Amino acid sequence: MRLSKSLLVAALASAFALPAAAQQITGAGATFPAPVYAKWGEAAKAAIGIELNYQAIGSGGGQNQIFNRTVDFGASDAPVDADKLVANKLLQFPAVMGAVVPIINLPGIGADQVKLTGDLIAQIYLGKVTKWNDPKIVALNAGVTLPNLAIAPVYRADGSGTTFVFTSYLSVANADWKSGIGAGSSVKWAAGNGAKGNDGVAATVRQVKGGIGYVENAYATQNKLTTTQLRNKAGNFVKPTLAAFSEAAASGDWKGAKNYAVDLIDTAGASSWPIVSATFILLPTDPKDPARSANVMKFFDWAYKNGADIAKGLEYIALPTAVQDAVRASWKSDIKG
Amino acid sequence: MTQTVAAPAPSRRPIGDLAFEILATAAGVLVLALLGAIIVSLFIGGLPAFRQFGVGFLTSADWDPVQQVFGAVVPIYGTIITSILALLMAVPVAFGIAFWLTELAPTWLRRPVGTAVELLAAVPSIIYGMWGFFIIVPFMGDYIQPVLIDWLGDLPLIGFLFQGPPFGTGIFTAALILAVMVIPFIAATMRDVFQTVPPVFKESAYGLGCTTWEVMRSIVIPYTSTSVVGGIMLGLGRALGETMAVTFVIGNTNRISTSLFGPGNTIASLVALEFPESPAGSLKLASLLALGFLLFVISFIVLAISRLLLRKGKVA
Repeated sequence: MRLSKSLLVAALASAFALPAAAQQITGAGATFPAPVYAKWGEAAKAAIGIELNYQAIGSGGGQNQIFNRTVDFGASDAPVDADKLVANKLLQFPAVMGAVVPIINLPGIGADQVKLTGDLIAQIYLGKVTKWNDPKIVALNAGVTLPNLAIAPVYRADGSGTTFVFTSYLSVANADWKSGIGAGSSVKWAAGNGAKGNDGVAATVRQVKGGIGYVENAYATQNKLTTTQLRNKAGNFVKPTLAAFSEAAASGDWKGAKNYAVDLIDTAGASSWPIVSATFILLPTDPKDPARSANVMKFFDWAYKNGADIAKGLEYIALPTAVQDAVRASWKSDIKG
Repeated sequence: MTQTVAAPAPSRRPIGDLAFEILATAAGVLVLALLGAIIVSLFIGGLPAFRQFGVGFLTSADWDPVQQVFGAVVPIYGTIITSILALLMAVPVAFGIAFWLTELAPTWLRRPVGTAVELLAAVPSIIYGMWGFFIIVPFMGDYIQPVLIDWLGDLPLIGFLFQGPPFGTGIFTAALILAVMVIPFIAATMRDVFQTVPPVFKESAYGLGCTTWEVMRSIVIPYTSTSVVGGIMLGLGRALGETMAVTFVIGNTNRISTSLFGPGNTIASLVALEFPESPAGSLKLASLLALGFLLFVISFIVLAISRLLLRKGKVA
């Protein structure tokens, strides 16, 4: 009895000792970058002894948590309004960028064979284009035999940053979409079926012949889904490749963007992928515990310097060096130490 | 109270008795307090939505997070219609299981089958959801729905119930999964109460020359009707509030579709899906809490109706 008690005490002590050895930081929010944060967290724990406890509860939840200061940092896919940042004393900076890709299920048609435009995808999701052999789709796809099959649009039923990015793109591409539906983490869909999560959308598209959906690129690559080409602003059809994402990221107007809320949707580069977005970190400018906030900055500083390969492996895009330096300058000037 | 005071040792009751009475009373009051606290907090949380939209919240089918317009008709409709359909499918099957287990099954089979039914009740709903999504949805989409749409879709009067593309998901599939989920609850309750009928009643009926079915109809069911309805209500309660399994298979759209194969939404699944992206203090969060309050109201109405039905049955 006494032995087991002392064992228990030892076990408890060691359990409490662990987090003290590796300094823990907590964050919550966006699901879109969660895979890359997880990998960065593992690598940073080994490299600089900072352990990241990140909960992918959704961008809205992440904002709530940091407004209430229950976590060290919040994460959001949609940039937060400037006045909200001021009111809640938050610094917003980008962590990493990612792309959203359309996925389809057409018998006998492989990846990147079908060409689509943002305008057409908007019309599909508005319920105006309902057949795969619609003349508008056929006109773009000379040489591809499109079946006489009903289009079954699939969307994210749960509120998500991926939906925010995708509907932002549709709003740019189609005026009816912009005025009738708009951009948001969940919107009033006019046609189709909802599924939960990236995996739900992917599985539904896989199950329904004629299905079309959208997922973040990392998910499409890992699961070898049938993606499509898209026409970009320059008028070229591009395949969803890392090079196309990086060009989009580089052609964003970082200098003109307030609070780093850069718009990477439908950028002008000749081979830019049109649906790319940055995802953001929210850090208090008046931290309760400056040491923890310092660790958050240390973590992202490390991730900027050393995390690019990890990001690339998961098909995310690292920030341009100039932006990284600008963020570091903001940390120095805005966060009270 | 007065009786215990008048008992032989009047001056002081044993301390254990008193403590037990206090604990038991506290447990009972706790239920009421919890229930009241949940209802009140849901109502207060949902108040901004009720204020903003008024009665319109109950009559509008619009759910547009971008324009900040929220109406509850679609999820309310979906919740009620899937639950009713599920009960229509589940009650006859559950009755069959209970009837077979108490009257017809060979004795050595009763125990294993009864245990199997109880085990089914313990399966977590996410498992039903995944099973529904990966097995039932493709099956419905490939085999059941196209055939029914072909056969029945063009009929006058009822044709509209069976139209639309065969996605595999939708109201009907959701109701089917719900039915499978509530069958064990209803069947287990029915079996238990059927076993409470005193054998002498049944034996007398058999002695008069009744068939098994006649005994069931005239002796067992009247004797147990209250508990049978109670069991059905237990199932209905689970169907109304079921979240994960429904979310997987219902198609999650905020539009009312007349077709049974069309997609829809339920209160519980809408709340679960939208909650993570609802900032504190937003109208959307208020609307979701208001929906939660409405689910409470619906459950309460259902319970009240069932009580009413029972009372009527007793008078007649």
